[in-house]
Amino acid sequence: MPASYLWLIPLLPFAGFLINGTVGRKLPRALVTAVALLFTAIPAALWVWLWFTMKAAGAPEVINVVSGPPFGSWISITGFQIDFALTVDHLTLIMLGVVTGVGFLIHLYSVGYMAHEEGYWRFFAYLNLFMFFMLILVLAESFLLLFVGWEGVGLASYLLIGFYFKKDSAANAGKKAFIVNRIGDFGFLLAMFLLVAQFGSLSFEHVFNAISANPDWHGGILTAIALLLLVGAAGKSAQIPLYIWLPDAMEGPTPVSALIHAATMVTAGIYMVARCHTLFDRSPYALGVVAIIGAATAIFAACIGLVQHDIKRVLAYSTVSQLGYMFLACGVGAYAAGIFHLLTHAFFKALLFLAAGSVIHALSGEQDMRRMGGLRKHIPVTFWTMTMGVIAIAGLPPWAGFFSKDEILFRTFTSDNPIGKLLWFVGLVTAGMTSFYMFRLWFKTFFGESRFEEADSLTQHGAAVHARSTSTLVLEEDHGRSGHSHVVHESPWIMLGPLVILAILSIIGGWVGVPAAMFGHNEIEHFLEPVFANGSTAEVAITATSHGLELVLAAVSVLTAALGFFIAYTFYYKKPGTAAALAQRAPGLYRIVENKFYIDEIYGALIVTPLLMFTRIFLGGLVDSIVVNGSAKAAGATTKGLSALTSRIQSGNIRSYAGWLALGAAAVLVVMIFGRSLWMH
Amino acid sequence: MSASVPIAWYLILSAVLFSVGVASFLIKRNVITIFLSIELMLNAVNLTFVAFSHMWHQVSGQIFVFFVMVVAAAESAVGLAIIIAIFRTRQTLNVDQVNLMKL
Repeated sequence: MPASYLWLIPLLPFAGFLINGTVGRKLPRALVTAVALLFTAIPAALWVWLWFTMKAAGAPEVINVVSGPPFGSWISITGFQIDFALTVDHLTLIMLGVVTGVGFLIHLYSVGYMAHEEGYWRFFAYLNLFMFFMLILVLAESFLLLFVGWEGVGLASYLLIGFYFKKDSAANAGKKAFIVNRIGDFGFLLAMFLLVAQFGSLSFEHVFNAISANPDWHGGILTAIALLLLVGAAGKSAQIPLYIWLPDAMEGPTPVSALIHAATMVTAGIYMVARCHTLFDRSPYALGVVAIIGAATAIFAACIGLVQHDIKRVLAYSTVSQLGYMFLACGVGAYAAGIFHLLTHAFFKALLFLAAGSVIHALSGEQDMRRMGGLRKHIPVTFWTMTMGVIAIAGLPPWAGFFSKDEILFRTFTSDNPIGKLLWFVGLVTAGMTSFYMFRLWFKTFFGESRFEEADSLTQHGAAVHARSTSTLVLEEDHGRSGHSHVVHESPWIMLGPLVILAILSIIGGWVGVPAAMFGHNEIEHFLEPVFANGSTAEVAITATSHGLELVLAAVSVLTAALGFFIAYTFYYKKPGTAAALAQRAPGLYRIVENKFYIDEIYGALIVTPLLMFTRIFLGGLVDSIVVNGSAKAAGATTKGLSALTSRIQSGNIRSYAGWLALGAAAVLVVMIFGRSLWMH
Repeated sequence: MSASVPIAWYLILSAVLFSVGVASFLIKRNVITIFLSIELMLNAVNLTFVAFSHMWHQVSGQIFVFFVMVVAAAESAVGLAIIIAIFRTRQTLNVDQVNLMKL
């Protein structure tokens, strides 16, 4: 593929956004669908083409499109230049594949899911806008262009979380996501300022070459930059302490949760850390912080996920937890393992969300797992595909999640991080918890008695519908759909197709990274080697003993996952009620966990309320009403007074005008005759 | 000739004529009179032009005078038309009563 066509990949979805965003309201739905799908399918096809080109050309490691004729230079001042430069290396190639491939599947799914919604065109316009910014993000060759994509996906995320903007909770969730992300972006911005001050450039190539050129350069400003970048990454990838926006982001339509808040956007932080690995490698301290934050987030979010009732919230916390895994991998220097988990996670988490969406669709908007159950028979395709996803995330071989999770745990165990063993243990416990809460979701949704209102079997249709629409748990989402169908029904094939494809990927997706210990080649690791090879100090020498160790660790993690399954089986299938009894025994603890450790409330009391008080009293009361309003009013009053004074001159009396004229002429004359001598000496 | 009447006399005459014009412009209320005083001021200036032109033996001053006369003719044509229009609508020529443009 000629490199000059690279810009087509991001710009095509943008064209789709422009078409649907401007005239989409007036177009028929079929045309909106065609535009949205076409402009995401072509980049996916281009990606395939790109893949084969890069393979055939003997693996060129980087393709640069530096400010060609279509772009020109972006910012050019003395001693500082930024181009619209795109680059593709093996890391980008994987990200591109995830974004275009999973993105296209989710577009396809959305056609079915959103079929009865208002604002159909708006939804697809936003979705295409998201694709555009996400592709810019992964293709960018400089921090600044990456930041453009970074902010852009934040915008698209905000728009899509608040898609049902008539509902307060959705609008608030959108704002929350945006503001929390801004805090992270603040760190990113500061990091960029430091980079400009230190390197005089924001181009990846320039910065990383400058770092590589000084092998003895460690810590110092590099630690500062790395930590600030980490703040940005923590915001975007929902890590402690900025993870709070992601669970609320589930207010958006389910395909959005799958695409943006599970598979692609939230992994941007991991991508960024991996992209800047040269920088992070030079700062063991920053790497340690990354690992600790990752592990802490993983176990913390998993804890909360154990007791949530909303099916999408369980998945949201599990996303936060899995992102923590990826951070952990990056923090111990196993970037390839982190990206590998990113890849497999994109498959199975997108699958889980889409399947959850299919369940919600089947129940006409019900999201509470306490009102599900026994759905296995009603929606068999959704059931089977979701089962694949659950097993994949639980980490049972040979599903995808097993290989990537196991790789991360193994690399954590063998890393030279002083607390590597502890981090490994945290990761292992998290794996067990993940397995437990995913099977809990599985059992509660698909097994046992059906706890949803059997509206299909009732003749008093209206009463049941009424009951449902007054329930507080029913979301606006089903508004367009209520009245359409109240029967528990399997989704149409345009939704099931992507589910099946993703289910297959969730099974086989991990096989690209089968470690040598299990007679594989770990192809993804070798594939990413050209990207991560330089400077990665944590390369583990593959030896026979480490093979043995890896197998032992894998066995341990499989046993943990099986234990999680077994507990969930006992609690929710064999003896339902055990969990409730357990919760009864420690009601305080249960309530704390159920309320997400009150983190939102703590943030509210510690940060939001003081900030609001400061804003209202100091900024609003003092600065705004006195300084801003005062100066505006003073300027107005001065003008008014002056004009009242001077408007008296306009008396309507012609002779007075003439008098003023004569007076003026006389004054000019006086100045001309005497003025010179008055002020010239 | 230059010996007979000094230039200063012309200038003084011109200044007196101009001042009379200004004064009557300010004092008089009748539009026609005001109009005449404007003509008076213009001709005072013309006199100055001619006097200096004669003194410096430069013809340009006299050319200026022709221009002033042409403009004055045009102005009086327009001015008189306005006066007639005012009289037709308001039945008066007193400028103090023509004050619609007042704030």
